[in-house]
Amino acid sequence: MLKNFVITTALVLTMSAGAYAETPRKGGTIRFTAPYGSSFANLDIHTSNRAQDEIWAKAIHRALYNWDSNANKPVLELAKEVTTSSDGLVYTFKLRDDAYFHHGRKMTADDVIWSFTRLMNGAKAYPGARYVRIIKGAVEVEKGQAKEISGLKKIDDFTIEMTLTEKVDPGFNFYHSMTSIYPADEASKDSFLSKPVGLGPFKFVEYVPGSRLVAERWEKFYQPGKPYADRVSISIMGEASARDVAFRNKEIDASILGPTQYVAYKADPELSKGLLEVAEVYTRNMGMNPNFKPFSDKRVRQAINYAINADLIIKRLVKEKAYRATSWLPISSPAYDKDMKPYPYDPEKAKQLLAEAGYPEGFEFEWTATSNESWGIPIVEAVIPMLEKVGIKVKIKPVEGTVLSEVTSKGDYQAYIWSNTSGPDPLTALKCFHSSTPQSACNYTQFKNAEFDKLLDEAAASDDQAKRLENLKKANAILREEAPMWWFNYNKAVMAYQPWLKGLQPNATELAIQNYEDIWVDASSPAAK
Amino acid sequence: MLSFIVRRLLQTLPIVLAVAALIFVMFSVIPGTFASSMSDDGRSVLDAEVMARMNKEFGLDDPVYVRFGKYVADLATFDLGTSFRTRQPVAQVIADRLWPTAQLAFASMLFAIVVGVPLGFIAALRPGSWVDTISMIGAVSGLSLPKFWLGLMLMYLFALVLGWLPSFGYGGGDPRYLILPSIALGVAPLALLARTTRAAVLEIMNADFVRTARSKGMSEGKVVRWHLTRNALVIILTTIGLQFGTVIGQAVVIEKLFSWPGLGSLLVDSVTLRDIPVVQGSILVIVLLFLLINMLVDVLCAIIDPRIKYT
Repeated sequence: MLKNFVITTALVLTMSAGAYAETPRKGGTIRFTAPYGSSFANLDIHTSNRAQDEIWAKAIHRALYNWDSNANKPVLELAKEVTTSSDGLVYTFKLRDDAYFHHGRKMTADDVIWSFTRLMNGAKAYPGARYVRIIKGAVEVEKGQAKEISGLKKIDDFTIEMTLTEKVDPGFNFYHSMTSIYPADEASKDSFLSKPVGLGPFKFVEYVPGSRLVAERWEKFYQPGKPYADRVSISIMGEASARDVAFRNKEIDASILGPTQYVAYKADPELSKGLLEVAEVYTRNMGMNPNFKPFSDKRVRQAINYAINADLIIKRLVKEKAYRATSWLPISSPAYDKDMKPYPYDPEKAKQLLAEAGYPEGFEFEWTATSNESWGIPIVEAVIPMLEKVGIKVKIKPVEGTVLSEVTSKGDYQAYIWSNTSGPDPLTALKCFHSSTPQSACNYTQFKNAEFDKLLDEAAASDDQAKRLENLKKANAILREEAPMWWFNYNKAVMAYQPWLKGLQPNATELAIQNYEDIWVDASSPAAK
Repeated sequence: MLSFIVRRLLQTLPIVLAVAALIFVMFSVIPGTFASSMSDDGRSVLDAEVMARMNKEFGLDDPVYVRFGKYVADLATFDLGTSFRTRQPVAQVIADRLWPTAQLAFASMLFAIVVGVPLGFIAALRPGSWVDTISMIGAVSGLSLPKFWLGLMLMYLFALVLGWLPSFGYGGGDPRYLILPSIALGVAPLALLARTTRAAVLEIMNADFVRTARSKGMSEGKVVRWHLTRNALVIILTTIGLQFGTVIGQAVVIEKLFSWPGLGSLLVDSVTLRDIPVVQGSILVIVLLFLLINMLVDVLCAIIDPRIKYT
């Protein structure tokens, strides 16, 4: 009896202590890093589609929806509820009546309408326009034929009606920071460019271009008790080796790791305890141009997939910081087919397919690539001897990232290697292969397949979620079979974090983008006060 | 003196114009645009309509000669244009970054002068001694060390192992943040200054006028102060001037490594993202700084050595 009591008491005490340890602590500074370059574009997030800028924007701004990393889907953020019409085209949003901008004014429907109308300004080039374009009448504003978006109606200060042009989930369009809601009055001023005002959990304090951005807790943030931290300081650190030293020196709380560091951190008994790994929605691939004669034949494209030992490259070169790709949709996609197998490494099969296609002696092609260590020239160099084994010769054409995006969208290549977003919405991701999608949008390999189109069109029109997913899985299987690309890998994003940093979210859309209001630092942080 | 300065300033004009034209032509022919750079991470592809609008908004659709004409006309009114990326005037973007770069360049040159010149003097006054041998080995090593590697080693030693200094950042002007980047940047000019000073002093030590001074019974201290130092200074100052310009140009690597918000890191990012107005503006400012510093050096040399005339 006594023994049982002692055990039970000890258990309860242990559990209480555990619960106490995990209770978010208020105060301190989150010392985050922006790893993709040595600056932010500017302080107007409407002008940038870069992940680097979304890292700071998440502290200061909010959009109609937000990405729920745990649920792996977009959820309402600035609206409390939404109702959808029977035809799936009209959405009525009940906006939050407790969301205050950092200058103290309450957000209303006017701010939402103003922000979306601003994004459609035809004289400017806001990247978020592509998302707003699904609202009826947005294109007319973009073309200068109308001043107001006809599909956006203010019902009252906190109710807005949005009519869409096609049946899509607007959550996937309006969770991006580049569609953030701005205060109509403040955002019109010139000062907004240097002192942004938003609805986010932190209020702008200072920005030292090329160095850091600091924001402090916004007391009127609409989520009760949040944010936990007093401040967030985001250091711009493009150099991986410098981040490594700063992280080990406990000057920063989190760092995105590359393949080399990943190996070192995994091998370290202490550092390995703080690694967050996520299968991001990026597919690394080699796109093949069908206008280059050999690649117009499916058998040649399949032969390429058989000829490359992708598993070996992932193991030796990418240091296991990737998941083997089977087709376009990544592991974290709801339409990913777990039973689908990747192309096996089979050089003999590759040779046979090449012979059947009329290339028994192989052929030569030019492969456009950047210097990126995970999906650039180092990978191409590893592939070259594998392709040579089946008679295919490769000439590398080195380019910068800026040029790669240009040549792929113009079709000015024979083959390229890139890392492209393949999510989070599987329908949107697969639409890049729909025959109606131009090459300049994202159908870089000019993929055309009637059955694929039909499956996608049916999925888009369907209200039945299960049927929709089934169609998308089938479409993804067609892509695997048709092989417009060599399916290389899906990125495994890895973030190293200090033991005192809690509440990080496994964001599959981009791990470096975090909702800072959920993050907190415990008392052991050097910046706990 | 004044006419000399005015003449030198006028001489810089064709250089500046040539540089401006060269940069313009280079960035007109290389592939890639600011709009295409926005899709380079493969994350969020810019759609064709927005891309076309962006090219139009920034005047990238205009023929090259129209763009060049506009650029030169703006330049004549000291207007460096508007940054594609920040949507702010280029002058303002550069001004934000100029002070950190100036701090870094001055600190690294100060380090190079304070250590390098005395080291060169001591080595020259005791040729063949252990001081001479060690300092010259150090000088050669300093010149051959890659800056990136040296910066990393300094970070590792002084931040991670010893914990004396922060490893990165600007620190809002806190001088502790300046120490490691300025040492990393200052080692190469230090080495060059030490070698140049040694060579200059050794040459002057064997000059007739120094032997005469000694034979007339002038004390060694006076010989060093009046003859050696004064005559060597012209060469040292010229080297300092040239190195100052080089340091500003080479700050790119160090600024990126230490997350130092200077002109160098701005330039690299702007080239990558094809923010052409900022690239043009930054290079022009760097060239102007280089020319200005060297003009100041020429003036100083003329003051120190009356044999140099303002011609």
